[in-house]
Order: sequence, then structure tokens, then C-alpha cells
Amino acid sequence: MDAVTFRGVSRHFGPVKAVDEVDLAIRDGEFFAMLGPSGSGKTTCLRLVAGFEQPTAGHIEIFGERAEGVPPYLRNVNTVFQSYALFPHMNVLDNVGFGLRVKGVGRAERHRAAREALELVELGGYGDRRAGELSGGQRQRVALARALVNKPRVLLLDEPLGALDLKLREQMQEELRTLQRSLGLTFVFVTHDQDEALSMADRVAVFAEGRVQQIGTPEEIYRRPASRFVADFVGSSNVIPADVAGVGPAGQWASLRPEDIVLDPAGRPATVTARAFHGRYTRLALDLDGQPLTALVPPHAEAPDPGTATRVSWDAARAHLLGAA
Amino acid sequence: MTQAAPLSATARDPAPAIFAPRGGLLPRLIDWILRHPRMFVFLMVLPITLWLGIVYVGSLIALLIQSFFSIDEFSGLVVREFTLKTYGELLRPYNFDIILRTVLMASSVTVASAILAFPIAYFAARYARGRWKAVFYLGIMLPLWSSYLVKVYAWKLVLAKEGILTWLFAKLHLTWLLEAVLAVPVIGGNSLSVSYLGTFIVFTYIWLPYMILPVQASLERVPATLIEAAADLGATPRQNFRLVILPLALPGVVAGSIFTFSLTLGDYIIPQIIGSSRLFIGQAVYTQQGTAGNIPLAAAFTVVPIVIMGIYLWSARRMGAFDAL
Repeated sequence: MDAVTFRGVSRHFGPVKAVDEVDLAIRDGEFFAMLGPSGSGKTTCLRLVAGFEQPTAGHIEIFGERAEGVPPYLRNVNTVFQSYALFPHMNVLDNVGFGLRVKGVGRAERHRAAREALELVELGGYGDRRAGELSGGQRQRVALARALVNKPRVLLLDEPLGALDLKLREQMQEELRTLQRSLGLTFVFVTHDQDEALSMADRVAVFAEGRVQQIGTPEEIYRRPASRFVADFVGSSNVIPADVAGVGPAGQWASLRPEDIVLDPAGRPATVTARAFHGRYTRLALDLDGQPLTALVPPHAEAPDPGTATRVSWDAARAHLLGAA
Repeated sequence: MTQAAPLSATARDPAPAIFAPRGGLLPRLIDWILRHPRMFVFLMVLPITLWLGIVYVGSLIALLIQSFFSIDEFSGLVVREFTLKTYGELLRPYNFDIILRTVLMASSVTVASAILAFPIAYFAARYARGRWKAVFYLGIMLPLWSSYLVKVYAWKLVLAKEGILTWLFAKLHLTWLLEAVLAVPVIGGNSLSVSYLGTFIVFTYIWLPYMILPVQASLERVPATLIEAAADLGATPRQNFRLVILPLALPGVVAGSIFTFSLTLGDYIIPQIIGSSRLFIGQAVYTQQGTAGNIPLAAAFTVVPIVIMGIYLWSARRMGAFDAL
């Protein structure tokens, strides 16, 4: 059975179509990412699952049960908020125990469960602290523990790593992934960061303008983007005429990943218009007979200076012919 | 490279990196103060310190000292010797009844204001937007712009035996209800305008805005995500209110109650115009320092609300009313 099903779900705010006729099926136990730029409807979709928003059209099912019209407190679904939303007037233990408290679980039992959840996120001794005394990463863990202690059927995460610095982010990405695997819980993760979505999720839904553009595994999304939007948004692909890419007739479009373009003395002549060193790679902006291209070359490759001519090539098998969209 | 020409021209004739000091007495003084932040703070704090220290705290201390003097019962002159005799007089049944009466009235007015203000403030903080918010502020502030005396006299007419309220009850065939209420001992009376109930109604009306505004301000500072988080964790609207909204809005309720409570404690006009002519603290102070010429007793009466407010704030703090600040 699917954990969450959307059938033709729309959420319109007056003339604004925040979510527009979305069909989705999130499988039980999978790590599902909703990826898209801000305003693409991914967060509204999450709020529809949580129950903070109600659809203006369509049907939502959670484990086969109709969810439209059901308030958040009657859904066995919990959310980790972007801002963490920890209660400032309670200590960490009471924050984590809140869900059990409102369900009438006794003090001793709820403190025991809350401590256990805090152990799970490696914040064992932090129960007596106030939310204000914690760092961003610690708050994040408390928010996670507060949601997990309720043993929800679906855990929703709204850009939970957005406010963390890079190192902490990478660490939390790994931990979230491990946690999800070990608990076997359905995670729905909203992010605008394609790296995060690709590296963490079992499947990714790419959103734009309130609609789902493509659903698939990270490999599918990356290797075979369904549209120009997906190709461009995920991995900033070069979207170029298919005949230039060498995969199809003129008039169609193809996606060519920047890292698939290599400097090749036997390749086609191109002019370097800009160069930026990124540490792990060097980004080159190229002009190939008037067609702008971006290439990522290894940082140790002899990257040509801006303004000079070079030669590039790519394996046509790596280029992907895009649909009409 | 030709586009860059204007920039390179300035490079040949460089602008100064540091501009010349400003001329004129005032600009130089301002620049000097800005370079000496401590001086700046000192100058900012000086007037308010003088005001608070001399005019405000100074006169309070003078008052406090007066209350420890006593009056010679034969000559009617103030004896400038420290004694607790005047405070002892406060405990006489007649005077103690005044204190008790005033404190009970102030407490009832405060509780009623809080109960009336909360839904209004909640609506204004959470739901009113744009034009409705303006209507709300206007509705709350408008009564504050008109004269207090006019409003109190208007209420006297509304509540009088021949007044509009009696007429309205008669038209609705509810005269029996009004009479039943007026027949209640202590709070009732010949008509609303000469009963404690009338005094209570007018006090509540007059001080209500002072409760609504701080409660609204504190509710506005409660992030919507906290309310959502509580619902997400399973809190019913009732639990949400009791465990999250009310505790977080409590500083506002306490701030509002300081206004309603202390304003009622000190008022001497409303109970004089509306109510059974029994004295309240404010009236007692007025008569003691005026007609009776007993300044020490007037001062002792004035100390009562100060002490009561001190105890009130201390216990509010002990109860954690300011924890969320």
C-alpha cells in the first residue's frame, strides 16, 4: 500500500495556483524528496499531507484513508519544521514529550520515551535545557526527536537542513538517511537543494509552478530529465539543440551535463568566455559557434584562460534527447 | 575592453580613500560623539535618568516618607516623627473595607477584561489583515480619544433607572431578569447606575483597550508555526490553547492586567459617579489629602496599591509568566 496518494490535488489561493492537479504516490517506507525552486508548490504539498492546508480539488489518501477535511491533530503524521518550531516556554524534554502529553500518556512513561528519542538523536543529556540554549544543529535534532517519539506513519521534513552550515548539513544528511533506513519509516523531504534530494532520496519529485514535472529515482531524474526545466534545474544541464549535441534532428532539444564535456585536442573548437575555480572542479563558460555551454573540468586539468580558444568533445551517448515540453 | 574605459580613467586620477572631516560645529560634534560610544550612551540616558530619578522616584520616596508620619488628632497637624500608627489605621474596619472593596473590584475588572479581550485580540492578531486590522485598531483606540468624563457620564445615563438599558430590557420583556440581577445582594442595588455591578461594567468598559492591546501584541509575536506544530503533534484546539497559545500570550495578559488592575486600584472618578457611594482607595486618598487634610493617611492608602502590584508582579514572575519573553 502507498503511504500517501494524491489524485488530481489542487490548492489554489484565489488566482494563485500553488498546487495544480498533482498526482503522486509515495510508497510505504521510502525516502521521498520533493524538489523545486521556491514557489513551486512543494511546501504546499507537504502542508496538504500534514493537514495545515486543505485541497481545493482532488483527493488525498494516507495509507488508504481519505485525508481531506481531517485536521492535523487527527493525522498520524508528524512534521519537522524549517524553523524547528520548538516551544520556547518548555525545556527540551517537555518539547519532545509534547505529542505524548496531549495524547494522555502519563508523565513517567512520556519522560522515558522522550529520553529515548533524545538518545536516538544523540542529545541524551540535554533534556533540561531550553530550546534557546541550543545551537541550530541541536534544535534540528530536538525537532526530529519530537516528531519521531510519536511513531508517526509518515514523517514530513520541510527544508530541515536549510539553516545549517555546510559541514553540519552533510553530517545530518547522512544521519537522516541512516535513521530512515533503520526505522523503516516513510520520509517526505522538501528541499530546493538538488544535491540533497539526489543524494538522500529513493525517489524524487521535481516541482515547478505548482505541478510535478517528473517523478523518478535520482539516477533517472539526472540521466534522463523529462523536460528542459528538469534538465536545467537538476544539475544545471546544458540545454542545447539536439543536432549540436549529436543526438537528434534540428528543432529538438537535448540535455548535456557540464561534467560530460571534456577538453579534447581532437574536439570541436570553442572559445572560453569565463573561468571559475571551485576547488573540486573548474567551471568553464564556453562559446561553441555561438552556442553557450558550461563545462566542469577537473581542477588539475590545464584549464585555458578566458578569451583563448580550446577544443572540447563529449560522448554523444551521454547527451539525452528531451521531450517536447 | 573599451567598455571599461570610464573606470580606468578614475584609476589614473584616484578619488581619496578617506574623505576630509566634515566642517561646522554641529557635524563635528556629532562625529565626535559617534567616535565615543560611551559618551553617546551617557547623553542619551542622562535626561531620562534625571526624570526618573528626581521627578518620579524622588516623589515616590517623599510619599513613602509621608506615610510613616502621623497626624495629631487634636491640632490636625502632621507630626514629623517616624511611626507605624498611620499604617495601623489602615487596618481599622472602615479603612480595611475600602481596601478590600477596591482590590475585589480591581480583580474582577481584570479577570473580566482578560476574558473579553482575548478573543478580540486573537482575532486581530491571527486573522485580521489590511483593512480589517485598521478597523480593529480604530475600534480599540477610538474610545480612548474621547474624554473619559464624557464616557463615564454617558454610562450613567445608559445604566440609570430611566436609562436606555432599562428601556431595552422592558422592550425585550426581560425586565424580570434585570430586576433579578439587581436583587442580588451586595452587587445589586436600586438601579445599575447605583450598584457595584454598574461600577464594574463601566470600569471594564473604560480599561478594556489597555488589556486588548498588549494581549494582541503578545499574540502577534507567537509564531504561527508553533500553533501548527502543536496541532501537528496531536494537540486539539483546546489543548493547543491551554498548552501553547495561552502560556506564550501570558506576558501580554500580565502586562494588560497591570494596567487594568492598577488603573482600577487608583481611580476615584468612576466609583464617585457610578455606584453605591461607598469609597474606593482613590476616593479615600482624595478625601484624606483634601477635605480631611490627613496627608499621612492619604500616603499610606497610596502605598497599598504599590505593595499589591509588587506582590502581584512577584507572584506572576514566580508562576513563570515572563518565561517566554
